[in-house]
Amino acid sequence: MSAAIEAAKLTKRYTSTMALDEVEFAIPTGRIVGLIGPNGAGKTTALKAILGLIDFDGSLNVLGMDPRKSREALMTEVCFIADVAVLPKWISVSQAIDFVEAIHPRFQRARCEQFLARTKLKPKQKVKHMSKGMIVQLHLALVMAIDAKLLVLDEPTLGLDILYRKQFYQSLLEDYFDEEKTIVVTTHQVEEIEHILTDLMFIRDGRIVLDTSMESLGQRFMEVMVDAEHAEAARHLNPMDERSVFGKHIFLFDGIERAKLEALGDVRRPAVSDLFVATMKGIYA
Amino acid sequence: MKTFYWLIKREFWENRGSFFWAPVITAGVFIVFHVIGLAQAQFTTHAISASSINSIVDQMNNGHGDLVGLALDMSMYGVTAMVYLVTGITLFFYCLGSLFDDRNDRSYLFWKSLPISDRDTVLSKVASATVLAPVIATVVGILAGLLLLLLTIIAAAFYGIHGWALLGNTHPFRVMGLLLASIPVSLVWALPAVGWLMLCSAWARSKPFLWATVIPLGSGAMLYWLDVLGVINFGGWFWHNIVVRVFISIVPWSWFPKSFDGSIFKGLKTPDQITTVAHEMLNLGHIWAQLLKPEFWGGALLGIAMIIAAIWLRRWRTET
Repeated sequence: MSAAIEAAKLTKRYTSTMALDEVEFAIPTGRIVGLIGPNGAGKTTALKAILGLIDFDGSLNVLGMDPRKSREALMTEVCFIADVAVLPKWISVSQAIDFVEAIHPRFQRARCEQFLARTKLKPKQKVKHMSKGMIVQLHLALVMAIDAKLLVLDEPTLGLDILYRKQFYQSLLEDYFDEEKTIVVTTHQVEEIEHILTDLMFIRDGRIVLDTSMESLGQRFMEVMVDAEHAEAARHLNPMDERSVFGKHIFLFDGIERAKLEALGDVRRPAVSDLFVATMKGIYA
Repeated sequence: MKTFYWLIKREFWENRGSFFWAPVITAGVFIVFHVIGLAQAQFTTHAISASSINSIVDQMNNGHGDLVGLALDMSMYGVTAMVYLVTGITLFFYCLGSLFDDRNDRSYLFWKSLPISDRDTVLSKVASATVLAPVIATVVGILAGLLLLLLTIIAAAFYGIHGWALLGNTHPFRVMGLLLASIPVSLVWALPAVGWLMLCSAWARSKPFLWATVIPLGSGAMLYWLDVLGVINFGGWFWHNIVVRVFISIVPWSWFPKSFDGSIFKGLKTPDQITTVAHEMLNLGHIWAQLLKPEFWGGALLGIAMIIAAIWLRRWRTET
């Protein structure tokens, strides 16, 4: 299995900040990777580097190409939705389809029309007369009709209501994703994409602080619900995080033997959002 | 090639108002005034009084058909000039917005997600401003001019002047040919303005209009002042050849008034003299000879350099 994206010493320095600080990672083909981080951690910078929108130091290999040098060729195999509702306001549904069909060698018109048939969008409708959710539906229909190898999504559902958000990720999973494709997604709504991810990367202050598959995440990180009498024993095991709910203490552990924890209470896999909060502790302080 | 065609088409979709409706409405207004003028007989809509129907009748009856023909040719040029002026104004703002607006509303992220090179994107906008819009304006101007001619012939018929007699003195095909043949001349002339405006459009993080106007006006005023003080001697040159160019040279035919020496108009009396001078100015040799002037090719080279810079900025400058 070859890597879809490989980064080595990927660095991006803005005048006042280090947006990416010698970042190293490899994303194999056929994965859905969540790139999660607080505001200003470098997520968008990393995606922009992958898409060839900005210059950077170090090396970055996307589908065997250097995005700085061969952006145009790369874009025939990479699709992206960066930010919500960025389709031009003046364009109509049919113009957008005609244009992408003419420009993109991997676009299948029939597929796009099939996706649009499930929405309320009309061919003559212009983007400026659509709601945010409808614009995203159109954008997703255009993107899913392109048989790309890599799909990059940067906060694609920010500000949409839950119906649109659920539908967005469901369509992606059911109608688009297969083992030949790779998807990289950033979002703050971690709960909603947790179940579709195969891999998880946390980024903080321009560095990757966690890079794991979802399978090994459950083996490494465990959450234990502990009664008050065992709380002190749990604290001795050096938890990442502690919070209490209804008189019970919930501890989050990194790399502690499961048997030891089971002696203290109920063990379960932590939610990504709880893990995220524990990892990013003190970031805004 | 297919991509480029669609890029141009995209520009037309987005700017149908400035590229198509603005010239059509301008020509329409011109024609309406002309019709009012014809109907009121005394009412003169443009400088060349011969085209008011009374003068036409007088001149025809006095055997000055050639002068009437010239006036009618001039009214064809006249309506096209109005269309050019309006097109030039819309193109000024089109160029200023061409590489800024989509960064400002972030839709550049959609365009950049498609396999289109930044070079082609920028060049398609240059071609829209220097070829597509001027061709549309010229065609609209020509059609409006022909309509004017037809209306005048019909009106003259009511005064007993035979249509063929009138038409025989006009040169509609020459006018059309000259207007079409002048498009490349105007293109070369417009390049520095297009280049400057698009460079500002690609470069500005906000308010491209301010950058594009304040820099030339400010530096022009400063150099002019230094010139007045005697520190330098090219302040006037800079103002006329750089500052003014930024604002006017995007208007097709804006090179024309300076293409000849104003003194040729002095002492013109007989109809023969007038028509001779007119034909000297309005012929293919004269307008194409402009391309040899340094302000044409020199400006064009500068324009091309600025367009190349705009392509580079389009590639790497993404945020506003």
